[in-house]
Amino acid sequence: MISLAGRDIMHAWGKFVLTGLGLGLLIGVTLSMAGIYRGMVDDARALLDNSGADLWVVQKDTLGPYAEPSSLYDDLWRSIRGMPGVARAANVTYLTMQVRQGEWDVRAMVTGITAGEPGTPGWPPYLVAGRQITRGHYEAVADIATGFRLGDQFQIRRNHYTVVGLTRRMVSSNGDPMIFIPLKDASEAQFLKDNDAIHQQRRRTVETPAFNRPGIPDLLDEVIASQSTNPYVNAVLVQIKSGYVASDVADSIRRWQRLQVYDRIQMEQILVGKLIATSAKQIGMFLVILSVVSAAIVAFIIYTLTLGKIREIAVLKLIGTKNRTIAGMILQQAIALGLIGFVVGKITATLWAPIFPKYVLLEPLDSVRGFVAVVIICVLSSFIAIRAALKVDPAEAIGG
Amino acid sequence: MIGKGIVIEGLKKRYGSGETAVDALKEVNMQVAPGEVVGLIGPSGSGKSTLLKCLGAVIEPTAGRMKLGDEIIYDNGWKVKDLRALRRDRIGFIFQAPYLIPFLDVTDNVALLPMLAGKPNAESRKQAVELFKALDVEHRAKAMPSQLSGGEQQRVAIARGLVNRPPVILADEPTAPLDSERALAVIRILNDMAHRFETAIIVVTHDEKIIPTFKRIYHIRDGVTQEESGEGKDFQ
Repeated sequence: MISLAGRDIMHAWGKFVLTGLGLGLLIGVTLSMAGIYRGMVDDARALLDNSGADLWVVQKDTLGPYAEPSSLYDDLWRSIRGMPGVARAANVTYLTMQVRQGEWDVRAMVTGITAGEPGTPGWPPYLVAGRQITRGHYEAVADIATGFRLGDQFQIRRNHYTVVGLTRRMVSSNGDPMIFIPLKDASEAQFLKDNDAIHQQRRRTVETPAFNRPGIPDLLDEVIASQSTNPYVNAVLVQIKSGYVASDVADSIRRWQRLQVYDRIQMEQILVGKLIATSAKQIGMFLVILSVVSAAIVAFIIYTLTLGKIREIAVLKLIGTKNRTIAGMILQQAIALGLIGFVVGKITATLWAPIFPKYVLLEPLDSVRGFVAVVIICVLSSFIAIRAALKVDPAEAIGG
Repeated sequence: MIGKGIVIEGLKKRYGSGETAVDALKEVNMQVAPGEVVGLIGPSGSGKSTLLKCLGAVIEPTAGRMKLGDEIIYDNGWKVKDLRALRRDRIGFIFQAPYLIPFLDVTDNVALLPMLAGKPNAESRKQAVELFKALDVEHRAKAMPSQLSGGEQQRVAIARGLVNRPPVILADEPTAPLDSERALAVIRILNDMAHRFETAIIVVTHDEKIIPTFKRIYHIRDGVTQEESGEGKDFQ
């Protein structure tokens, strides 16, 4: 038996391919939406992986440092370092801001890292060019997605920095590329006020009788000095010694330091389950809408194609074609349309994924799921056309 | 399988019921022998199409009897379970317009019927090509329907009606869209084929050009058939 669907498609292949192209672009958008969600999850995981930490110590009762602001004294790391099971502990600050890059502003997560060596928590684990930060001030390592090159200079607040190293795939949970600078500079960028504000604050302090006591001449200087120093960081990143269980060390820090401690799994739950949950729902809604739109388009196209063949279907029925042969013809056409659409969609999604400003991760399993969904949608969409075809009276082929 | 024509006795068809019932066929009696071509003529609304649909097993008569070859297919109810197979294997259809399937080439348009009946593709196509020789469209076997002239399309449609060697062929106004010359050519072909394949052919028409060519004519008026002798003019 010849393939009626195949012959019909070959007969009007131009119309069919163009329709498949249109559907394919829609499927491409759908796959890209799934890829955007996967990219967000992957960005969150990359942030955790690249931090080199086993535990995140943050301000009590906060979900910091990524999902909520967190503030800790900068000397806490010493007492944490001394606790059983802790191999390394390092302060870290995070500040998402606009950084001028040439003619453009680039949104970046500026990360303050302590002096140390590669492998220190918070440090970029690898470089693609240049070197790590070796000086205590004004050097930076930037993710290549920022657009910076080695030797470029940029400004954060009042200070200028020189890019000494480039790294890759160092991103915040929002997908913003990271710029690593020395901790002191980062703290200053985050907490230090501008000159006018400092001047105002000093004036207020001088005019406050409680601080400006002629009988205690050093008091005013001490107060002013304390106001201009910044003893805060956002978190302490902890690496645990081998042989220790992360949850045990975390319990110990919670109990003795009265701080919030998250292990890797908990931090991932915060990032994926809370920080990007709304975005995930948003994307989920888009996926549902796009699926419905795709289904409606396939249904409409197949229905229209079928209505255009009513007389032929009547003739086929009159000359004894079985209903299942006619239904099979329509079903095969719907699936063929879906296949063309899926191939076009997959190709377009792959081609335009790198153009997206944020990471789009097209996972093979998502493609498989997408393929199955497309086939199911096409099958369901063809039911309306099949119903219309099966209702055709063979008597319509006979005049009168 | 060549059958023994078709016999219709007291066929009735009523649409609706009660006060709104319409008797489209009141008393239809016909007999067409193998190799015979008869005309079925009548004014609009006389019941021609209804009769054709009943004979084609598309709608069910209300009462009467139909015999196809040796088999009673209707006797106050269908006696054949699979009407679809009956239409496919034992009744040939030729329509007012050729109604060829536009996405199949000429050969497959005709070979589709034996294929639907379960015959292998190659055998079905061979069967179609044999008919094309008889109908002088062999050279158009690979063409698409849109590439054929009106006369060629109608000959392919005749081939489709004949390909399963049905005992009866129902032709619904087969010459309506054709000029006199081509209309007579189609009737000539139908007569040829009827003789060659021992097929009974009923031609529904009100085409004045071809009416004189029938040796027997059934007039249908208000759902009642009446047999008449035709002129049986030589149309060669």
